[in-house]
Amino acid sequence: MAKTYFTEDHEWLRVEGGIATVGITDYAQEQLGDLVFVELPELGRKLAKGDTAVVVESVKAASDVYAPVDGEITEANTSLSSDPSLVNSAATGDGWLWKMKLADENQLEGLLDEAAYKAHIG
Amino acid sequence: MTGDDTKHLSLEDLHVAAGARFGAFAGWSMPLTYPAGVMKEHLHTREHAGLFDISHMKLFEISGPGAAALLDRACPLDAGALDISQSKYTFFLNEAAGIIDDLIVTRLGRERFMVVANAGNAEADEKHLRGLALDFDAKGDFDAKGGFDARVDALDRVFLAIQGPEAWAALSRASIETGSLLFMHGFEPRENWFMSRSGYTGEDGFEIGLPEADARNLVARLLEDDRVLWVGLAARDSLRLEAGLCLHGLDITPEIDPASAGLMWAIPKEVRASGAFIGADALRAILERGPAQKRVGLKPEGRQPVRADAALFDADGNPAGHVTSGGFGPSAAHPVAMGYVQTLLAKPGTKLFADVRGTKIPININPLPFTPHRYRKG
Repeated sequence: MAKTYFTEDHEWLRVEGGIATVGITDYAQEQLGDLVFVELPELGRKLAKGDTAVVVESVKAASDVYAPVDGEITEANTSLSSDPSLVNSAATGDGWLWKMKLADENQLEGLLDEAAYKAHIG
Repeated sequence: MTGDDTKHLSLEDLHVAAGARFGAFAGWSMPLTYPAGVMKEHLHTREHAGLFDISHMKLFEISGPGAAALLDRACPLDAGALDISQSKYTFFLNEAAGIIDDLIVTRLGRERFMVVANAGNAEADEKHLRGLALDFDAKGDFDAKGGFDARVDALDRVFLAIQGPEAWAALSRASIETGSLLFMHGFEPRENWFMSRSGYTGEDGFEIGLPEADARNLVARLLEDDRVLWVGLAARDSLRLEAGLCLHGLDITPEIDPASAGLMWAIPKEVRASGAFIGADALRAILERGPAQKRVGLKPEGRQPVRADAALFDADGNPAGHVTSGGFGPSAAHPVAMGYVQTLLAKPGTKLFADVRGTKIPININPLPFTPHRYRKG
């Protein structure tokens, strides 16, 4: 069964079978405003927690999205190439950013659950 | 984030009530976006009318027998040749012809001028003007110490811009008739009001300086109109960038002269030849040898924005210049940028490359503006 985690950097991860689907939260997309470009990661790229995985660009600024855990990119959401606004309209659904194979599932324990994330954003 | 020195707009409560998201700009806490978001705010301005609170900008009135002479010294301008109500885009230059600020001067009367200056430079501009107006009390037009017989008054006004093809109609509905006012003209429609047909979006529009109580009244009337939407600083920036208009501090600075910036159209020929403005000698020398770099429009290929400070390279990988402003153009529907390149590379169509986080993005010199200006010139 899939379980969803959050980070203090406003990302969400949905983990199923050792693969995490990662995106930014609705709160984060609201802060960023209308996105016009998403720089997607290369497949197979190995990321350590804290590495920049994706750059999301709004009309005004570019912002890094970090790998919340260690792992290897298995898929990037290529529909964002033609429609980056999916991140605004469906941040936690069709606007997901990438999927990664987890290197160490124990790292998930350090992440927030939904209640803790809601408390974090106040 | 906002220290004690941050300045707040006097209409801040209205922006809070409208759901604005605020950010710091030039020492001010400014509305960046409203709930509609930058994209809708931008497009709404091009299609209907956007309302902007630009009270961070400063209005100065310069008056007295030496007012025109003072302006002719501070700016490459023939202030005395302006018709009453005529406005002119000009600059304060330093001795090296670097642009201290860009501004709009409007002639209000025989010996009265309105100067609208940028927020970030308002204090320095005021000091500069007051410096030139030294010994205001002294007799004569041009006294022994070099001061002009003119008075500089910094006005306490709310400053609003209403921009877009329906701006005039929205004002008319709010009982402000604009019919006879043409682009780059301004006047005082009521006591302590200043209104000009001008703006920073490339659209027809108006800028209105007025007392706070009047401003609250006007804003309330304008917002009753579905054609009018609050627009924040984020869309103001994307609108002006598409329109190819410079932002002082990025696209023009005290290190950049008007020739390199492609702004010589703002300097009348006679003033170029014989004006006694500060920086005249330096500017003439630059014109004689030709500027080494030029401001250009830049259109990145693809959808990835190329932003300020990105380095530019030619096809062989040699440094070619740099980007000074960049982002996404909601009306152009592609990324837009401007910057400086070596004069030989400044021809439209020239293909360069921008370094974005280590990747070379193809970027082409593009004529400015990216979206055609739609001013009401007559």
